Amino acid sequence: MIRVGIAGLGRMGVSHFAIANSHPSAKVVSICEPAAFVRKALERHAHVKCFKHYEDMVEKESLDAIFITTPTRYHYPMTRLAIENGLHVFVEKPFCLNPQEGQELVKLATEKGIVNQVGYHSRFLGTFREAKRLIGSRKSGDVYHVLGEVYGPVVLREAKKTWRTEPTKGGGCLYDYAAHIINLMQFLNGPIKYVSGSVLQNIYSKEVDDAVFSSIQFENGATGQIRANWSEDTYRKFTAQVTVFGKFGKIRVDAQELHVFFKQSLEKDSYCSGWNTRWLTDLSPGVGFYLRGEEYSLQVDYFLRAIKNGTRNNTNSFAAAHDTDKVISLIKADADGRTG
Amino acid sequence: MDRILFGDNQFFGVNHLSEEKSRAQSERFRDTGKIIEVLDFVYEAGLRTFMCTTHDRIEEVCNHIRENKNRYTGFRIYPCLPYGHKYNNAVAELGLFGAVKKMLPGNLIGSIARGGAAVAQGNYISMMKMLIDAELKMFRGIETGVIFLQNIVTDLLLGMGMTDFLGAFHDYVKKEYKVEAGFISMNFPKLLPELEKCGIKNPIICTSINKIGFRMPGGLHLYEDLAAQGRCRLIAMQSLAAGAIKPEEAMVYVCRQHGIQSILFGASTRDHILETKSLIDKFSCQ
Repeated sequence: MIRVGIAGLGRMGVSHFAIANSHPSAKVVSICEPAAFVRKALERHAHVKCFKHYEDMVEKESLDAIFITTPTRYHYPMTRLAIENGLHVFVEKPFCLNPQEGQELVKLATEKGIVNQVGYHSRFLGTFREAKRLIGSRKSGDVYHVLGEVYGPVVLREAKKTWRTEPTKGGGCLYDYAAHIINLMQFLNGPIKYVSGSVLQNIYSKEVDDAVFSSIQFENGATGQIRANWSEDTYRKFTAQVTVFGKFGKIRVDAQELHVFFKQSLEKDSYCSGWNTRWLTDLSPGVGFYLRGEEYSLQVDYFLRAIKNGTRNNTNSFAAAHDTDKVISLIKADADGRTG
Repeated sequence: MDRILFGDNQFFGVNHLSEEKSRAQSERFRDTGKIIEVLDFVYEAGLRTFMCTTHDRIEEVCNHIRENKNRYTGFRIYPCLPYGHKYNNAVAELGLFGAVKKMLPGNLIGSIARGGAAVAQGNYISMMKMLIDAELKMFRGIETGVIFLQNIVTDLLLGMGMTDFLGAFHDYVKKEYKVEAGFISMNFPKLLPELEKCGIKNPIICTSINKIGFRMPGGLHLYEDLAAQGRCRLIAMQSLAAGAIKPEEAMVYVCRQHGIQSILFGASTRDHILETKSLIDKFSCQ
């Protein structure tokens, strides 16, 4: 049985708790959380050991793995301590606020040989995985443009101050929303080399950006655009969509649907020339425990299986998330250069 | 429980297959009058149970039903609480503690005092009861029959091993509201034995059941076997697997499964309501 600890019982912490605890190979044995209200509830009703201080949990409990689901600025010191104690680490996205710190953690994780993963859950959605497979099946260099969009209703008015509204704590649309779409674009079309024309726009927030717009260039020569906006009332929830333009045709993909236009079908494809549509119901593998979308269960299962089987993955490693952090920094520097 | 229960996802732009459909639906049902129009078709078609979330706009539907009691004889609403997005946003903005404080019924001085004490003492079961009362206020004077816990909460508590809350929810709803408690869940095979351990006999469980095994953790056969054992009153939802199965094929499957008492479906038009009803009637008799 993999003994799991959870650090930070916000929305993601609670979600990972339920999913990991239902996994046949794992059990959540302890948590760490500053709010006494939450600690008391879990001690009494979930019967796990609760810690106020992170160091106490990591050093005193004999854990195998940890989920770090705290505000972003704590990711670096907490992940570092966990690796030093030999724990396998799953940390929420974005990885680190400072890419140098991320680089250090990538190196440390490799040296220690621990399983390391970051919670970019969209990479586990059947639709996006199929889009990646289709792009891979075509000639490399065929893709010439990728449009990545992410919208949702997070800040719809001038809001109360929380860590999400403070730039030094990892708040803002760039860290919260744009990170997802940058990571997905890298998943689909490889590393991003340059950014230009970046704008971090305030809509309601005073101190952080509510929208991000940027032009990018991939290492493989394709261009792209990022549009992220978390002050978008017209979306009921977080919605990421990617449109890939290629010499082969076009792919438009979101969490539920995959639309593919192929100029010519390949013999091995089950896709015809012209428009094809696939749905999540065709593309999603089943999960052992369902909470809020297959992708959340699949990413936890992937992490726990790597620990159990001794494999060192992975789809969502620290290194991949570090690449996303680097692009976030490029966009910030580019936007600052403009406004400053 | 009736054989057919009518659901409410379509009214609030919830569509598991298409963002575009979801947009079109939320436009169509912008006005609560349009929701009531569909519920009138439902009533005319002979369906008598509307299962819905505690969305703010359901309050307007409840007001209409209360004001026109004579037109809705025998019509029941099965509330499903809590309405997730309300809490989700509050938790993001205020944290878990802040969200609970915000949701406690603040307009009654007595309950603030009670709520304050419960929060201070960490009496979580009492807090849960107050949250239930707050959510159910909009249904006063309306025939309910079964009150459900939404799947996100059922499954979160199930996953975290906090199943004593499931037992407490069941007991409270029975005792205070004199109706049955139901549980919506995406994890029927894991939930059933846990509810039994809480001492709940023959629980009401609403869960995904469809021919292709979509969102049925553990797999189709496990669901079929468990359903046939008759240990619970089972409601099938997502029978169309978000539209992946044709209506006739979908209904043949769920109607002929042993152990399924009711089928939950949602539709936006009179034709769809009539079509689905006649399919369920037809295959349930065979």
